[in-house]
Amino acid sequence: MLAVLAAASGAGNLAYGNPMPVGSEGFWLIAEMRSTNLVVMLLVAFCQGIATVSFQTAANNRIITPSIMGFESLYRLVQTGAVFLLGAAGVVAVQGGLQFLLQVLLMVVFAALLYGWLLSGRFANLQIMLLIGIILGGGLGAVATFMQRLLSPSEFDVLTARLLGDVSNADAGYLPLAVPLVALAGGCLWLDARRLDVLALGREAAVNLGLDHRRETMKVLLLVSVLMAVSTALVGPLTFLGFLVAMLSYQLADTHDHRYVFPVAWLTGFVVLSGAYFVLRHLFYAEGSVGIIIEVVGGGFFLVHILRKGRL
Amino acid sequence: MITATGVVKKYSEEVAIGPLDLTIPVGGITALVGPNGAGKSTLLTMIGRLLGMDEGTIEIAGYDVARTGSKDLAKIISILRQENHFVTRLTVRQLVGFGRFPHSRGRLTPADEEHISRAIDFLDLGELEGRYLDQLSGGQRQRAYVAMVLAQDTEYVLLDEPLNNLDMRHSVQMMQHLARAATELGRTIVIVLHDINFAGHYADRICAMKDGRVVAVGTPGEMMTDDVLTRVFDTEVEVVDGPRGRLAVYY
Repeated sequence: MLAVLAAASGAGNLAYGNPMPVGSEGFWLIAEMRSTNLVVMLLVAFCQGIATVSFQTAANNRIITPSIMGFESLYRLVQTGAVFLLGAAGVVAVQGGLQFLLQVLLMVVFAALLYGWLLSGRFANLQIMLLIGIILGGGLGAVATFMQRLLSPSEFDVLTARLLGDVSNADAGYLPLAVPLVALAGGCLWLDARRLDVLALGREAAVNLGLDHRRETMKVLLLVSVLMAVSTALVGPLTFLGFLVAMLSYQLADTHDHRYVFPVAWLTGFVVLSGAYFVLRHLFYAEGSVGIIIEVVGGGFFLVHILRKGRL
Repeated sequence: MITATGVVKKYSEEVAIGPLDLTIPVGGITALVGPNGAGKSTLLTMIGRLLGMDEGTIEIAGYDVARTGSKDLAKIISILRQENHFVTRLTVRQLVGFGRFPHSRGRLTPADEEHISRAIDFLDLGELEGRYLDQLSGGQRQRAYVAMVLAQDTEYVLLDEPLNNLDMRHSVQMMQHLARAATELGRTIVIVLHDINFAGHYADRICAMKDGRVVAVGTPGEMMTDDVLTRVFDTEVEVVDGPRGRLAVYY
């Protein structure tokens, strides 16, 4: 059923409001232009869905999302820093294949250092790592906000467009770089699915069953950071998407088995993202930010879910 | 055989467990008893490699716990902690199925399914196998956890206070199941117990700990005496002959 929904909302995005008659040359031309967006959505849904599910498994907690670990703040800081130092031209300076890869690399290195330091040090505790991640994220965000204060209004305007998560931020030129990266990280997690099932039981049960808990956690977190970094560098921050998708897909899949949860999460992510996009474009006639709709819906859903269930 | 030699775990400058020396022979039930904070659970988790030790070595069936891969140890020894809370929503059968992970890496074979069914039947969970863990009572859930470690099919089974939060009936049932597992399945069971009378009745050996050290080891007959128990628990204990063996009275 999800697959049908996904196909429908995908087709809706391609065809709805297309001024040309169906089947004509113009129709396909416009559809082709929109299809880039669709590919980006597929990619982002994959990244966010699978990364969040895996992250929650590794953290043994169903209410957190990897975006709180400082990825988004780092992205914000990089973008702001570029505009701050180079002016409005800075936005252009952080675009391009090489820069895209550098941003991804920066975020992954940041995550690797954080995880490596915190999980192997004497704290060796995921809770502490999360806490420090959140604080670091807050710190980076504050630095970015401070720089934004010093920008001129026009520069700030240019920057804001980049900081709202939006599928149309993505440059089709990044896709050849992003797709293999994501496929690689996703593939590794897929092969790891059975171990993830065990990891989800918590440290003690996992060790008892013969899993090298620390190594496995590090591996998962690194793969997650690749996925999140690609997604963030591609479209900007989408705080609630991953959380919303993970929660929905656990409800829909109703199983602990990651080999089912992963595809469900991907499809759910795509439905949510393309649905939100469709609503935004064709109901509100605003070529605005899809992140806003997702965050309103996601935030609302989160509250309702917590209040209704009392547990996760 | 489980051998601990000079095992030390330091929590801080003042608080440390050990040095501990202990040998647990193959077969039967060995109960670890002692007052709170004596280090029973710490010792158990160190044997089960959930906690690293600062000094000393522990060998299980000749394998050094610190050096042997976790994967290989999982086929020799299984450990169940006192608190078990899973984020994942699992049915009893799915949970018990995880016990087969060390053998099948998650791909359950027909032989695995058979092991799972046997463990479920062994603990009388047949009717509950399709139920979710959060739909079970505390006693049933505890049995499901024990079924999982039995399905792991390890020679050594470590249990940390499995009677915790169980009422009289479920405690007795649990101990009877464990006694059967030791005799019928030939498992070596090491168990942390709080109730000395349970230990006296069901265990084959009792190991008493106090202040991070092993202070006495022996058969229930040797251990269930006024002297030993009073010394171990720092409480006036009187041992009387009951209808089914000796009982410690300390109320």
